[in-house]
Amino acid sequence: MADYVTKNRFIYSARNLWSGFLFGLGLVAFFDEVVFHQLLHWHHFYDKSTTAIGLVSDGLFHAFSWFATVGGLFMLADLRRRRALWFTRWWGGLFFGVGIFQLYDGTIQHKVMRLHQIRYDVDIFPYDLTWNSIALVLTIIGLILITHTQRIQKPEEMVSHE
Amino acid sequence: MNSHNHSYVSTNPMSYANGEGVQFVLAFLFVLAFVMYIVAAIQSIRRYKTWPLYRIILWSLGIVLAFSAVFGPLAARAHNDFTAHMIVHLLLGMLAPLFLVLGAPMTLLLRTLNVSLARRLSRILKSRPVWILMNPIVTSFLNIGGLWILYTTDLYMMMHNNLFFHIVIHLHIFLAGYIFTASMIYVSPTPHSFSFVYRAFVLVLALAGHNILSKYMYAQPPNGVPLAQAEMGSMLMYYGGGLVDFFLIWIFISQWFKATRPQAVIFNENAAE
Repeated sequence: MADYVTKNRFIYSARNLWSGFLFGLGLVAFFDEVVFHQLLHWHHFYDKSTTAIGLVSDGLFHAFSWFATVGGLFMLADLRRRRALWFTRWWGGLFFGVGIFQLYDGTIQHKVMRLHQIRYDVDIFPYDLTWNSIALVLTIIGLILITHTQRIQKPEEMVSHE
Repeated sequence: MNSHNHSYVSTNPMSYANGEGVQFVLAFLFVLAFVMYIVAAIQSIRRYKTWPLYRIILWSLGIVLAFSAVFGPLAARAHNDFTAHMIVHLLLGMLAPLFLVLGAPMTLLLRTLNVSLARRLSRILKSRPVWILMNPIVTSFLNIGGLWILYTTDLYMMMHNNLFFHIVIHLHIFLAGYIFTASMIYVSPTPHSFSFVYRAFVLVLALAGHNILSKYMYAQPPNGVPLAQAEMGSMLMYYGGGLVDFFLIWIFISQWFKATRPQAVIFNENAAE
């Protein structure tokens, strides 16, 4: 029985990673919207200094994150019904997804594309530093979990079908 | 807010005060669609086999939403209030089509028509022009592209001053929204089906186009729309659109979930029929 699940986990290893990653992207985008836009009102809906590419990037990410949230959860359900859910790997994907999106948001979208700043009428540096440090830590946790689960698979010499 | 702002109702003689005539034309079409569906459903139940009640309910809800967008106080207010117009857009172009597609009218129609007519219809559905029209990329351009043209040119202003434009544009908003939805989620038999991955890709791009347009309008109001109304309307479009998108995505992915269920080799997503 345990062997059966382990085998399934290895077969659907990539899907475990993707499911966590996609759900992580959706989760952090949702968190950003609720906490920073709606509750704290730190972020602005539209900052007049936003570049055209910033608008495109925001529109794409918003649409994709909706899709990723629902898609990631359905993939999770799919892994469960296939008895192939591997939570360590799934969490690895989730942390990596959350971290990488926050890093992209905090560097490219906030700074390069000037979509909006974290907060207005304050010294922005400590905010940027905190934001991106947290992002980096989450990304590293994700990477550790992913490489850890990767290493477990190696000795078995399993070939992934996905 | 600016409910008494008549800034884009011109003194043009073609202009109409509150568009009651237009309201009747558009409302009549939806009443007709409702009656036809009910007649077909009754006929199907009597002669062939039962038609699910939940489909009738979904269709009825879709009709109510579309009807309330083109007839009554909201439609009248949309004439000079951009925020109200945006509610019309969300109802007529996004939410009503979703409910109506889930009502599976094409399945009902094919079931109710006599054999020779049904064959002719299914031949049309399999034809090349329909294949082109129902390609997700084409429906996305008709739907989202149409909105870009409406809100970034003078068309939006012209719509309020010309009866003909008003009817055509509202019909376009509805029909484009309908075929867009029908090209993404497959409820009725679809002779030309596109893969999940392809549809997912186009769907995300189309929804992004909707998001980008709504933020763009926040800073660049359509001609004749006061800034405050544009800001309110574009935020409504962004978040309201996001809500409807969420349901569309949910249905789309749950179809993938059913289609890829283990052990079931046969493509069986219409099993509920």
